[in-house]
Parts: sequence; structure tokens; C-alpha cells
Amino acid sequence: MEYYLGISQTIGVHTLLGLSAYVLLLTGQLSLAQVGFFAIGSYVSGILTVIFGWHVLPALFVGALVAGVFAFLVGFPALRVKGLMLVVATIAFSEIVRLVFFNLNWRVEVNGLEVGPDSTQGFREIRYFAANGWEQAHVVLLIWLIVILVMVMLWWLDKVRAGAVLRAVGEDELAAQSSGINLTMVKVAAMTGGGVIAGIAGGLYAHSTTYVDHHTFSILLATFAVSYPILGGLKNVLGTLMAVIFIQGFIIEGLRFMGDYRNILFGLLIIVAMNFRPQGLVDGNFTSDVRKLLRMKQNGAGADA
Amino acid sequence: MGLAPMLRITGLAKYFGGVRAVDGLDIQIDKGEIFGLIGPNGSGKSTTVNLICGVFPQTSGTIELDNVDLGKMAPHQRIESGVSRTFQNIRLFGELTVWQNLWVAWRDAPGHETNWLVNWFGSPADRQHEIQKLLEFSGLGDHSDKPANSLSFGEQRQLELARAMASKPKLILLDEPAAGMNSEEVADLKERILTMKELGMTVLLVEHVMDLVMSVTDRITVLNFGKPIAEGTPVEIQNNEAVQEAYFGSAKNVEAGA
Repeated sequence: MEYYLGISQTIGVHTLLGLSAYVLLLTGQLSLAQVGFFAIGSYVSGILTVIFGWHVLPALFVGALVAGVFAFLVGFPALRVKGLMLVVATIAFSEIVRLVFFNLNWRVEVNGLEVGPDSTQGFREIRYFAANGWEQAHVVLLIWLIVILVMVMLWWLDKVRAGAVLRAVGEDELAAQSSGINLTMVKVAAMTGGGVIAGIAGGLYAHSTTYVDHHTFSILLATFAVSYPILGGLKNVLGTLMAVIFIQGFIIEGLRFMGDYRNILFGLLIIVAMNFRPQGLVDGNFTSDVRKLLRMKQNGAGADA
Repeated sequence: MGLAPMLRITGLAKYFGGVRAVDGLDIQIDKGEIFGLIGPNGSGKSTTVNLICGVFPQTSGTIELDNVDLGKMAPHQRIESGVSRTFQNIRLFGELTVWQNLWVAWRDAPGHETNWLVNWFGSPADRQHEIQKLLEFSGLGDHSDKPANSLSFGEQRQLELARAMASKPKLILLDEPAAGMNSEEVADLKERILTMKELGMTVLLVEHVMDLVMSVTDRITVLNFGKPIAEGTPVEIQNNEAVQEAYFGSAKNVEAGA
């Protein structure tokens, strides 16, 4: 049971991380900065609960907010460049964040124990949940409540004009600005929103695993973050969720016996998917197929009655 | 014409390195006018449209719309000030529906603005009536839920025109709207432009299809190598020797070549 709870934690956190990249991909921007925001969220919220003794919920909230502020500030210079240059700029950002935390040493004594970020040793005492009697099931519940909340919000966003504007910018920037859209404003807003989501993901990750160190915030994680929405497609948020379940649940966990060969499989999967389903696994055809299938079932049930 | 012109372009120039794409252009367009901008390929017509919309900055000169200087504004601010455009090679939001294409570009008429919250986070229902009306006007009423890229070529052109109108512009720039159209579609476009004129819209028409230009415009400026070589009514332009030379070469050259 614990094993499955652990996997569902991972899937929940990675879904948030994927959704943070999804928001930005809607505007056509490929960012590897999500892992930087993830790191900021995890360290900030961890410091708040461990050193300052905050409750976990406000700590997660503030961690997400700080990540969002950084995303906003990084957004202005970073989004002046596009494509490959944006990828490079955002990798640079994530690496800077990683190295800052790699060197961060802030040890304080709390209740007779020395706690806090310990530079190269990482940040190892983020035990809010255990110390306050949360069971793992409760943690999983909290993570998935937040995942669902974020998914519902993004789903709603797609139903209002702002969502159409994000997609319009992703389709054609020149046409969008010629339709009166402020490209910088829209892209920075998407970056900020993505930063907040990644920040929450980081906070949840840090508290559910109880420790983080610089290895956590690798470029590999940033690659995973963008791979989920790319594989899942940008039709809607469910694509990202399905891609996470497939990659984390099946490739990483299900094929554990394959060891490091899984990374090759992951790379192959991306290449194959890009060639055969460039719109992602969940594209327009897929959703209309599902809809038809559901309708057929309903009709079938109706005929039986 | 006692009124000040709506669009006033003075001494407009754009150099790309050593290439003088536009070189000293003066244009004045009055409200309600259909103004033609013609010239051979590479004469600077599309560059002029791009300069008015702020796709790139001008090298020198001024662009004023109703006495407001557009020259230093960001592109989206120029749209807010009242210009909008179509593209020579159609640029729609292909994956969005026909309806959403207009929704994205939608601006309320001046004096009737809704607040920004509704503007950004309103649902389609808030705009259903107005946008549907514009779709009907454009002959796209039945296509509202189709993805824009599933429309026929002619329909895509119509959608682009409708999208340009959705921002309630004072001035619409049409960049070769008849390119790639068959004669039937051109006739249809002609009707549409004349309807726009009846509705009091002001249009700058960049076009190669001469029948269309000559039958809908009030005045025309002819560009050659970035410089204006003639200005006048369609009849005056048709009889202008400099224009004939720019398009067909001079009689002397023909004799010399023969």
C-alpha cells in the first residue's frame, strides 16, 4: 500500500510540474526554468516550516508566491528571446538557482536540534508531516486536492477569453500582436502562473520526501517537466496527467527491472511520439473518439432500456 | 475637405541595410475613404503596412492617426489606437475555432467598453450575440465552431477580414486581400469592400489585382522602388505615363529591345 501511495505522490507532484510547463507551452514557449521555480518553492516552504515553525499550508502558499515572483522577474528578460535561445536562457536560470541552494548554509538550532539547509549536504529535516501526525494517506490527499484544484483552474482558463488568447499567441505571435494582444504581458503572465504551479509542486515534493538537495533539481527533471505536456498534447490538461501516469507509473516504476535502460526508452518514446503524434497523445481526434465512444455507450444503454 | 486627414504619413522611410524599401513616402487618407496603394513587386507596399502596424520601426518619418503619433507605440498599442490589418499570406489562429479567432481580437466599440475582468475572463456567452453578428456579416455564420484551418481559402480570407474588423478599427489595412482568389471570390471581395465603404469604414488597400483596385478605390498612390511616383483618382492613375512605365517599361525600351 505504502508503495502505491509513494507512486501516487510522485505522479501528483510531477503532474503539477508538467502543468506548469503546459501553461507556458500554450503560448508557444519551451521553458526549462520550471525546475528552478520548483527548487525555490521547495526551499522556501521548507525553510518556513522547519526554521520558522509555520503551518505547512501557508508555507506552501508563500513558497509558490516567491517562485511566482521570480518567474515574473525572469520572464521579462527571458521571454525577449525565443526557441532555442529561450531554452538556453532558462537552463541557465535553473542552474543558477540550483547552485545558490547548493551553497546555501543556514543552520539554526530548533528544539535542541540543528536544522536547515546544509549546503552540499542538502536540506534534510523537512519533517512537518511526520512531526504533526499526518499519515501518508493524508499527504497524498493534500497533493491530489491541489492537483485537482490546479487542473480545474486551467480547465476553466481554457473556457474564458484569456485561454483563447494564450493559445492565439502560441499559434502566431505576429497575428496575435496585430490583433491587439500585448505579447510581453501575456507571456510573462503565463510564466508567472507556471512559476506559481511549479513552486507549489516543489513545496509538496520537499515536504512529502522530507529532504531535498541539489541533485533533485537537475536538468533531467526540467526535461521531464516539458516532456509531459509535449507527450500528452496541449488539447487539455488531461493529456499531461496521462503522460505523467504513463511515464512515472509505467516506464519508471513498471519497468524498474530495466534499470538505467529506462532513460533510453524515455528518449525513444519522445522521438517516436514526435514522429507519429506531433500533436501529443491526447489530440483533437482522440478526444472526439472518446466522446463518440461515450455517446455510443449511452445510446446503447438507452436502446437496452 | 476641411477636416484633417485620418491617417497622415510624412516622409516615411525604411532602410534594410543598404536597401531602401520605403524612401520618402507621404500619404494622407481621409475618413471614409478607400485608398489604394499599388506598385510593382518589391516596391515597398507591404513594408508600408508593416511600418504602420509597428512590425519594425521606421528609419525616419512620422505616422499619425487622428493626430496621434503611432511611430513610437508598441504594435498592440497601435491596434488600440485604431488600426488593424490583414496579411498577404493568411495568418489565422489555425487551431482555434472561427469564433475564437474573432474573440481573441475582439474590442468593444469606444464608449461601450466592459471592464477588464469580463474582457479577459468572460465566457463566450458574454460576446455570443455581437461576434455571431460579425460572423453573419462575413458570411461565416455556419462555421463558427470549426477550426479556422479547416476553412476553404476564400473563407479564410473572409475570416481574416472579420478578425481585422473585430477590433473596431478606424482604419483597416488590407494587404493583398485578393491574392490567390478566383474571379468569383474577387467579385465577392469587391462587394464586401464596397459594403465597408457604405458603413463609413476607412481602408488602405494594397493590391495587385488592378480591376479590383480601380473599381473600389477613391484615390491611389503608386510606389516604385520605395518612392511614390504618382497620386490621383483611378482614372488619373490609369492614364499616367510614369505608372505605365513602372509597370510595363517605356515604349523606348521596347523599341530598343526589339
